Amino acid sequence: MASPAADAPLLATPLAERHRALGARMVPFAGYDMPVQYPTGILTEHQWTRASAGLFDVSHMGQAFLVPDDGRHETAAAALEALCPADMLNLKPAQQRYSQFLAEDGGILDDFMTTRTGEGPEGSLYLVVNAGCKEADYAHLNAKLPANVKLRRADDLALIALQGPKAEAVLAAHIPDISSLAFMTSRRATIAGAQAQISRSGYTGEDGFEISIAADRAGDLWDLLLTDERVKPIGLGARDSLRLEAGLCLYGHDIDVTTSPVEAALVWSMQKRRREGGGFPGADRIQRELQNGASRQRVGFSFEGRAPAREGAEVRAEGRRIGVVTSGGFGPTVNAPVAMGYVETAFARPGVKVEIIVRDKPLAATVAAMPFAPHHYKR
Amino acid sequence: MTLKFTKDHEYVRVDGDVATIGITDYAQQQLGDVVFVELPAVGKQVAAGAEAAVVESVKAASEVFAPVAGEIVEVNSALEAAPATVNEDPAGKGWFMKIRLKDKAELDALMSQADYDAFLKTLD
Repeated sequence: MASPAADAPLLATPLAERHRALGARMVPFAGYDMPVQYPTGILTEHQWTRASAGLFDVSHMGQAFLVPDDGRHETAAAALEALCPADMLNLKPAQQRYSQFLAEDGGILDDFMTTRTGEGPEGSLYLVVNAGCKEADYAHLNAKLPANVKLRRADDLALIALQGPKAEAVLAAHIPDISSLAFMTSRRATIAGAQAQISRSGYTGEDGFEISIAADRAGDLWDLLLTDERVKPIGLGARDSLRLEAGLCLYGHDIDVTTSPVEAALVWSMQKRRREGGGFPGADRIQRELQNGASRQRVGFSFEGRAPAREGAEVRAEGRRIGVVTSGGFGPTVNAPVAMGYVETAFARPGVKVEIIVRDKPLAATVAAMPFAPHHYKR
Repeated sequence: MTLKFTKDHEYVRVDGDVATIGITDYAQQQLGDVVFVELPAVGKQVAAGAEAAVVESVKAASEVFAPVAGEIVEVNSALEAAPATVNEDPAGKGWFMKIRLKDKAELDALMSQADYDAFLKTLD
């Protein structure tokens, strides 16, 4: 992940002052001054999100649109398909999809969400990319997009996520028909007196929504949602433990330029037409890995003891190194340590016993299916 | 009874020739929710400044250093099942270990309560 110069001033989201007023501990993250936790702490925030509804400021993420000159979805989709291995052509209106920008060797430059937002002169694909990668992503898009498709950065938009089993009921108090919005689809709606684009998706494994709204209206929306007693603000700390339990990748840790989507166990995000037809960067490698298997695979790890293994911990079996932990910590919902990482493909089966080295001592661990905490998506 | 502090935010409560070691309220606040504690073996000899225990929050692992040299004579095994005690009562039930002091003069190098309070003010 591109890390900004240490002396560069931190950027602030439109909600930074609200985080401070709520007593958040602010930390630098991807060049932004962000709340890592509020006074109740990460464990409480994590559990609140799983039990009720958590409110996340994710305005640091990059929002942008691909705008085709001719206004046709096919034009924008073809341009995006040249850079990623997902089927964008057959996205239905309002449908959202997860994919990755790939380097020429099939390594992952960034992962992102895209939504087919509309038709006509405004017809375009809406993108949400990682904060730490957005400048590189936009440079990549500007360099690679054909002349008839323009990148329009939407730095004037904020992004607020509402996640958890009560998220739907909370939002329905303001948008009564929001329950009809299906998982991984998106719609316009008016909330807090402003137009917003609302997607039914998130990064926690829970049902929930991501709300894109003009930066100067984000504060009103944040305040409005926090007036609901079912909602509490959640920082980046719990966002990380929630996504880890959900088995979701964090760019720069679980995936990066050295990992292919096949190694990263993201084959589900490459639709059959693209897997077979190719036509994306690194297609040679990816199709070869699909055919013959990759040399390593992303897997989960569960532990016999209580000690968490962290990023960088060595994974051993048969007396030698077979892999590495890329994300690890304590899973508050499963009430046990959880981790993910890469192992040689021969070991990438749930139930395989491994040792993970923490402070020079081997911890007994098992390759585990993910997610660790079951997903609760409203499909 | 003497109470001393380190710049790494351990406290040392001395009773006779045995020092009880834990982390300060400031340290537990900075760590956040403690989810795992690893304690040394009873009988182990530790050097002043050596890593003696590990405390892990949801986010990260941190070392607890032995502020003074000596023999580990007791550890707070209750923390293994209830690590959150470190957050709830760091100065009391959340203690980590007891060390039989090798050299009481080492205590002179540590901070008094007033020194530590002043030190904390420099960190804000």
